[in-house]
Amino acid sequence: MEKPLTQHIKNDHTWLSLKEYEAVGGYQHLRKALKLNPQDITKIIKDSGLKGRGGAGFSTGTKWELVSLGDQSPKPKYFIANADEMEPGSFKDRLLLEGNPHQLIEGIIIGAYAIQAQFSFVFLRGAYHPAAKAITRAIEESYQAGYLGEHIAGSDFKLEMSLHISQGRYMCGEETALLNALEGKRANPRAKPPYPALSGLFGKPTIVNNVETLSNVPQIISNGADWFMNLSKTGEGGTKLYGASGRVKNPGLWELPLGTSLREILEEHAGGMQEGYQLKGLLPGGGSTDFLTPEHLDVPMDYASIMKVGSRLGTGTIIVLDDKTCPVGMVGNLEKFFAQESCGWCTPCREGLPWTAKILDSLEAGNGKMEDLDILKFQTHYMAPGHTFCALAPGAMEPLQSALQYFREDFERHIHEHKCPWK
Amino acid sequence: MTVEKILTKQEIKEIEEIHKHFPQKSAACIEALRVIQKHHRWVSDEAVKELAEILDMSGEAIDSVATYYSLIFRRPVGRHVIMVCNSVSCWIMGYEKILAHLKNKLSIDYGGTSIEDRFTLLSIPCLGTCDHAPAMIIDEDLHRDLTDEKLDNILQTYT
Repeated sequence: MEKPLTQHIKNDHTWLSLKEYEAVGGYQHLRKALKLNPQDITKIIKDSGLKGRGGAGFSTGTKWELVSLGDQSPKPKYFIANADEMEPGSFKDRLLLEGNPHQLIEGIIIGAYAIQAQFSFVFLRGAYHPAAKAITRAIEESYQAGYLGEHIAGSDFKLEMSLHISQGRYMCGEETALLNALEGKRANPRAKPPYPALSGLFGKPTIVNNVETLSNVPQIISNGADWFMNLSKTGEGGTKLYGASGRVKNPGLWELPLGTSLREILEEHAGGMQEGYQLKGLLPGGGSTDFLTPEHLDVPMDYASIMKVGSRLGTGTIIVLDDKTCPVGMVGNLEKFFAQESCGWCTPCREGLPWTAKILDSLEAGNGKMEDLDILKFQTHYMAPGHTFCALAPGAMEPLQSALQYFREDFERHIHEHKCPWK
Repeated sequence: MTVEKILTKQEIKEIEEIHKHFPQKSAACIEALRVIQKHHRWVSDEAVKELAEILDMSGEAIDSVATYYSLIFRRPVGRHVIMVCNSVSCWIMGYEKILAHLKNKLSIDYGGTSIEDRFTLLSIPCLGTCDHAPAMIIDEDLHRDLTDEKLDNILQTYT
């Protein structure tokens, strides 16, 4: 089984130096890319089926296509790697950042060439200290080797790259909020349209892609769109970093073909549930995805299949709910996170999320009333997609609406028994 | 009488180095706050005022940014900052028990600083190490698979 994302990553907590990365073919992909037209690169990426691995699942090639090229087009253009991994239960980009920073940097340079950007940034989460060290050093090495700066690898292309270390806030992962943070402002989201490809950082054309997405780019250029398409088990192309956390025997992270079933991930790779624990439910791709239940175990973990059963692939890192953990408490923990991380810019999110978290707290404390369940249901509509400025609150409603659907009985027991049955 | 400045020449130089990379000075605001915090552990009102002059912004504008970001401290902190992950996977794996032990041991609650300014205790969302929950960071070090006993040993290494 091919593992283009992780095959070279060492298990000793050190990252691949420039020399080590070059020894396994690193930066040859960039040399190849620089011989192609920018438009041809975008076409290869589009044909490969590569979709955003940050959670939204939008076609990467289609995103790049939105940037207008040519002498008359606005300049400078910006290319940004979104390394602000902060989705609860997600721990995939950290591996790539700490293990193989040059693969990411090569992906950024190729992407920047495809949209003819002059400046690039790695927007890194502040709490990822080892990653900051790896990226800082890797950027220095890249400049020294002539892969950044003027005349990259002997071509006419030039690109600057710098690392921005963010100072916290989940909101920064939203791409327009991220742009505001890079401009030194509060990370409130911007109205869309215009999309960043048209008017992004400092009002200039900008592309923002996730770390895992960009780390796929170098090998797609060398091996072609068909190769990438054939890596997956289903029709969406590529491998995926899948993870599992919670009370499984062997929590961890694995690179597997996109479309691997939930059952294979949880039973073969995560080793099944710990002794004495049963699987009650799971969030397939981080805190802002809908619950699935054991009846969904044979569903392939790809964008279309997971959507068909009412959830989202998200970040692909599964959070397991066991039978000895209270689902109301779990959703309460998530909603407290979302309430805290709301930027407060739009009313439904600013008011609705703390309200939701408060109700869940009172249910968990045994003070809930039946009408609280109606209010929670109301919140899931009040903060539904289209009612808020960005996707934070709609994402926050996904675990809640599905918990109300699958675990309604457990919510009601809290009310009837005037306590949490798990305590 | 001249009022003593908070920001040193060295810090001002570091901040100017950042803003010259951007089309407008204010874009350096967040990174400048980081520079100040690196040297002073926190960002005081006086530091905000001085930064405002350097970046041609109002003090209020700087403060609106400083108070938005949870890793910028607008109150003094201890020599070491403990940030305990309070997100969902750590919650499932029982971080609340670890936190209770920590609070008890240091005799502080969230936001508090222990005696002789040794530790400040804060929470942080998901640290991205969910396969090794529960987890926390102290300063720049990640500690994972926490137990009460492990915690006691870890704390000893920070003086």
